[in-house]
Amino acid sequence: MEQQQETVLAFKGLTRRFGGVVALNEFDMELTNGQIVGLIGPNGSGKTTSFNVLTGIYEANGGSIEFLGQDITSWPAQKVYEAGVARTFQRSRLCLELSIFDNIMIGAHKRLNHGFMFNVFKRKALQQQIKENYEEARKLLTIFDPELADKMFEPVGSLRMIDRRRIEICRALISHPRLLLLDEPSAGMTHEETRELMDDILEVREMIDGLSIILVEHEMGMIERVTDKCIVLNFGQKICEGAYREVASNKLVQEAYLGGE
Amino acid sequence: MTQSLKDKLIILLLAALGAAFLVTFIAIEEQAEIFALLVFAGVLIIASAKLGLTDKISQSLSRNERLLNLSVIAAMLVVIFWFHEDHFPLLMIATVLLYVVACCGLNMQFGYTGVVNFAGAAFFGVGCYTAAVLGGTGTPLLLVIALGGVMAAIIGSILIIPVLRTRGHYAAVVTIAFGLLFRTFLEVNDTLGGPQGLPVSGMNLFGWDFNSNIQITENIEFSFYMNYVILALIMVILTFILMRRIERSWIGLNFDAVRLDETAAACYGINIKRWKILSFTLGNFLAGTAGALFAMMLGFIAPSNFAFSDSLILVSIVLLGGMGSIWGTILAAGLVVLLPEKLQVIQEYRFLLYAVVMILILLFRPQGVLPRNLRSYIPGWRG
Repeated sequence: MEQQQETVLAFKGLTRRFGGVVALNEFDMELTNGQIVGLIGPNGSGKTTSFNVLTGIYEANGGSIEFLGQDITSWPAQKVYEAGVARTFQRSRLCLELSIFDNIMIGAHKRLNHGFMFNVFKRKALQQQIKENYEEARKLLTIFDPELADKMFEPVGSLRMIDRRRIEICRALISHPRLLLLDEPSAGMTHEETRELMDDILEVREMIDGLSIILVEHEMGMIERVTDKCIVLNFGQKICEGAYREVASNKLVQEAYLGGE
Repeated sequence: MTQSLKDKLIILLLAALGAAFLVTFIAIEEQAEIFALLVFAGVLIIASAKLGLTDKISQSLSRNERLLNLSVIAAMLVVIFWFHEDHFPLLMIATVLLYVVACCGLNMQFGYTGVVNFAGAAFFGVGCYTAAVLGGTGTPLLLVIALGGVMAAIIGSILIIPVLRTRGHYAAVVTIAFGLLFRTFLEVNDTLGGPQGLPVSGMNLFGWDFNSNIQITENIEFSFYMNYVILALIMVILTFILMRRIERSWIGLNFDAVRLDETAAACYGINIKRWKILSFTLGNFLAGTAGALFAMMLGFIAPSNFAFSDSLILVSIVLLGGMGSIWGTILAAGLVVLLPEKLQVIQEYRFLLYAVVMILILLFRPQGVLPRNLRSYIPGWRG
């Protein structure tokens, strides 16, 4: 029970400005081991920006980010990934002309041997590594969709939206992250597909011990179903935090979404 | 007949056909005949594409890679030995082969990692000048070829900072500027011969002089270009192996990830700079080695050999063949080098024609004549 309380991620006064626009303003949040947090708010409220600052794509203008006890505020994207943060993107960012296997293997980067000598001259060892990773990728993808797992060497560009999302999530999970950032996984999908995808994600969480997830989402059904806690942003500021029911009945939140008088 | 036997027969037949075509194409001189042969080949290719034969053939080819590679080498050897005593055809073939090596270098940069390089001729030239300067010093000439590549890679490192900081058009402009600077530098530099250029001593391998004809028996004499063609062919084979191994490894995957989406690549731990530097350096190395042997073969080099237009030709070979496609590069280098030599009509309108072909390719077949396949890490293995 004690392990459950371990803090995985903490934002303290996180601020990011673009010129005069304050995209994130003194944002505080905390995430514990195994928790699923929903990050919601109207368009432009700073949800994706917080992901981008966390993963090192943008620099923070103020405040700090602590991940597993380390201050990672100014780390480059590569180092944040190495530390155990994996993400998906709002507009799916897969390499469409590469195969499913290639795309998933990009996620496994930190476990692969990238030495020049190893890759060019030690072909036997390399092929061994390729086959081992293939097995793992296939196993992971089978959880999401066994049919997809049979198409490992087909280009991602030929697949449906939901399959692309699945692959993007597999690419993130294959890195064995401690923290998974999902940026609007339901965008461009039907309700049915969204539900399917959410089932898959919950199943994966059961399997990976201590995986925490931050979910940015507009689809409130999904938020209600899977999150332990919700944080509402508006104009870069946190306006409310709590269980979905509390948040949904909060007056400030309703105003933010529907507009106040 | 089993499928695998059928595949093998198809490959052998194609190799024989290719060799026969190449021999005829190089041997005939009459313009009308050359034209007829080209039209015939074109009709044959279009017809087989319409009949769906090309798909079947390409499947057969991809199932038997090793046999395909070996048959192509054998076919090349047949063509080379056919012209064993003719200087000019052998010179042309050697030129094509060295262009293949240089363009594979550009393909590594542009096709794999997306780093544009419009100074290909300059790096080729660095190799040439290395051979010219070191040729008389008694350095083993095989080593000189490697040093030509090393010099090109070192001089390329001047460009690394601007290349890493810029993308797309801006990176193109940086390399164009470098190419122009390189030529101007050669023209005003008297120690490197200025505009008149430099003589280059020929290849000499352990006392075997490449620049004298080879007497086999009293009646059979091989042209001295034979030496160069064989050495160039060996270089192509080594380059091919290097390109393939890189493509089919995690390095090749990193290159592709950098080209296709730098942001996503960075979020998955891929060090953009590291891979751009590696592919840029390796590519320049290949161009430099090709240049060194080319200079030894020609015996004389001058700055006018390394103009901007020559760099453009190298880039157009990569685009014509298909980004990242090694076979495409081989085919396109053959077309771009041989066609103007054979069809004199083209000679004068060469650049105009290249431009038109480039526009047509980019409009209607942007993936190139022989597009690159999906990566198959281990030939024949699909999980």
